[in-house]
Amino acid sequence: MAAAVQDDGINPWRTFASDFAEKKLAVLGLIVFVALIAAAIFAPWITPQNPYDLNQIDFLDGRLEPGSVGSQITYWLGTDDQGRDLLSGIFYGLRTSLAVGAASTLIALVLGGALGLFAAYFGGRVDTLIMRIADLQLSFPAILIALILVSALGQGVDKVIISLVAVQWAYYARTIRGTALVERRKEYVEAATCLAISHRRIVFKHLMPNCTPPLIVVGTVQVAHAISLEATLSFLGIGVPITEPSLGLLIKNGFDYMLSGDYWVSFYPGLALLITIVSINLVGDQLRDVLNPRLKK
Amino acid sequence: MSNQEQNSPVLEIRSLSKKFVKPLDFAGKIAQKLGSNIREEVVHAVDGVSLHVNKGEVVSLVGESGCGKSTLGRMVAGIMPPTSGEILYKGQNIASLTGEDAREVALKVQMIFQDPFASLNPRLRVRDIIGEAPLVHKLTTAAEQDDYLDDVMLRCGLDPSYKRRYPHQFSGGQRQRLGIARALAVQPDFIVCDEAVAALDVSIQAQILNLFIKLREDLDLTYLFISHDLGVVEHISDRIVIMYLGRVVESAPTEELFAKPNHPYTQALLREIPRLDARHADFTPIEGEIPSPLDPPQGCHFHPRCPFATDRCRQEVPQLKSVAPGHMSACHLNEG
Repeated sequence: MAAAVQDDGINPWRTFASDFAEKKLAVLGLIVFVALIAAAIFAPWITPQNPYDLNQIDFLDGRLEPGSVGSQITYWLGTDDQGRDLLSGIFYGLRTSLAVGAASTLIALVLGGALGLFAAYFGGRVDTLIMRIADLQLSFPAILIALILVSALGQGVDKVIISLVAVQWAYYARTIRGTALVERRKEYVEAATCLAISHRRIVFKHLMPNCTPPLIVVGTVQVAHAISLEATLSFLGIGVPITEPSLGLLIKNGFDYMLSGDYWVSFYPGLALLITIVSINLVGDQLRDVLNPRLKK
Repeated sequence: MSNQEQNSPVLEIRSLSKKFVKPLDFAGKIAQKLGSNIREEVVHAVDGVSLHVNKGEVVSLVGESGCGKSTLGRMVAGIMPPTSGEILYKGQNIASLTGEDAREVALKVQMIFQDPFASLNPRLRVRDIIGEAPLVHKLTTAAEQDDYLDDVMLRCGLDPSYKRRYPHQFSGGQRQRLGIARALAVQPDFIVCDEAVAALDVSIQAQILNLFIKLREDLDLTYLFISHDLGVVEHISDRIVIMYLGRVVESAPTEELFAKPNHPYTQALLREIPRLDARHADFTPIEGEIPSPLDPPQGCHFHPRCPFATDRCRQEVPQLKSVAPGHMSACHLNEG
């Protein structure tokens, strides 16, 4: 009891922030991640060039090395074969990649989380139905399902998001079901039943908050997974359309020149992808630790 | 302590049973169709138990782990539906009630749990743990909630200034008090205590037991006290019911049970209570294991471990019969 925190009058957000800041690497990850988001959002205003406005591109600047001075601007990260500034291209690509990753993860998390919770709480046929569909879906490789769906639905950012949701919801459903099955048998759920609290309230107010820590971890890993899956689809040429380039599409554009020594065309978008994924994972890991009150000192 | 004569039972259980069935899986069903003797596994956790608890009484349900006492408690508290039999609250069959009436009765019968760690939602603050149900059921309003909670917490020996804390910031004894406060916050008049002190230190056990006694006097409560420990229930119960493998084997007022235990199982249990005046005695555990509830013995469930078992005990199920006023026992030996 001596160590108990008397938190009356203390802003819970401040406690949360100071707990989060305990791990320096996580803070670094957060800073990088926020910077990446800012770069993505403000891309049209901060990039030296709009890489998809043909008026601003000089074809003669194609495949220039990083740091070369072109006809109008300095290309710090070089240019691709069309003469587009790679730095600008990466910022724009990040925009699409992050948006697709975040949107698909969020939708899949809500959908899969709710289905998994219901499966665990109600059990029986509901459980069997939901989980067998999840099993069926997980028995196919994610990339195969995404490929089939995208080729069936056609190209477009929304189609990619739909197929990513279809690929991912089962992970959340399965994760939350596992936790919820354990939590549901705990005595606090029985106590809530005994207190005649409604099913809806028990599921969302008692069960759900206790099932979220693993979901957050899976969620962050899945944001990264979704981003790389989208990059894969785009790399294969069936993801986002070339008018809305993502990091994967940029990597694809440079891939042909990898062996001819023009490494930068693929390398820098790839590096951006790596940094994005690592920073998301760092933040996710720390979030998991902080959001668990049992780990609090 | 008891005034059974003047009062009708608050709670009455009539031949209540609970079976847990593990259904056959697909392969099992096929094997069965092909003539294999695979059958569904059925556990008869509670097997035709009848008992009543009068107003203001403390009835203790005692038995080894696995004898079905917790299952019985959960059915009484409305957490689990019974397979068959009736639970009557003040003469009304709980199963026949619907809507508002059902909710009212559900709130009147509350439960206090064994594990003070698992029984409190770790993500809710104390004010939400205790205050959620009264607010949902409109026993108080948002404006009056603080006073309402202060009152309940003080009654249970908790400092109301702890309202904003989380359960992990409390000790085991305090957590058990939180569990009690949560149950009392919906103004029940019947409380099922499922091994409510088993997980606590002995010194804390005494505090919590004293709290139960004090609350009974203050709030006119009736208890069904479930325990595996006769020593714990001796001081607080008016009547003790002994269960063995899902069936009641003996039921008697506390003093009578301790003075003149009738059933061989009760006698064996009583011998094993550690006492100061018997500190040099050798304890001889009851021989054998409690049989698997999946495959309970024929006849009297206790016969494989009973030193006095006869052929009749191996075949015929003994019925509960009165051996003295208020004292029932299910043993063939009583019929000589």
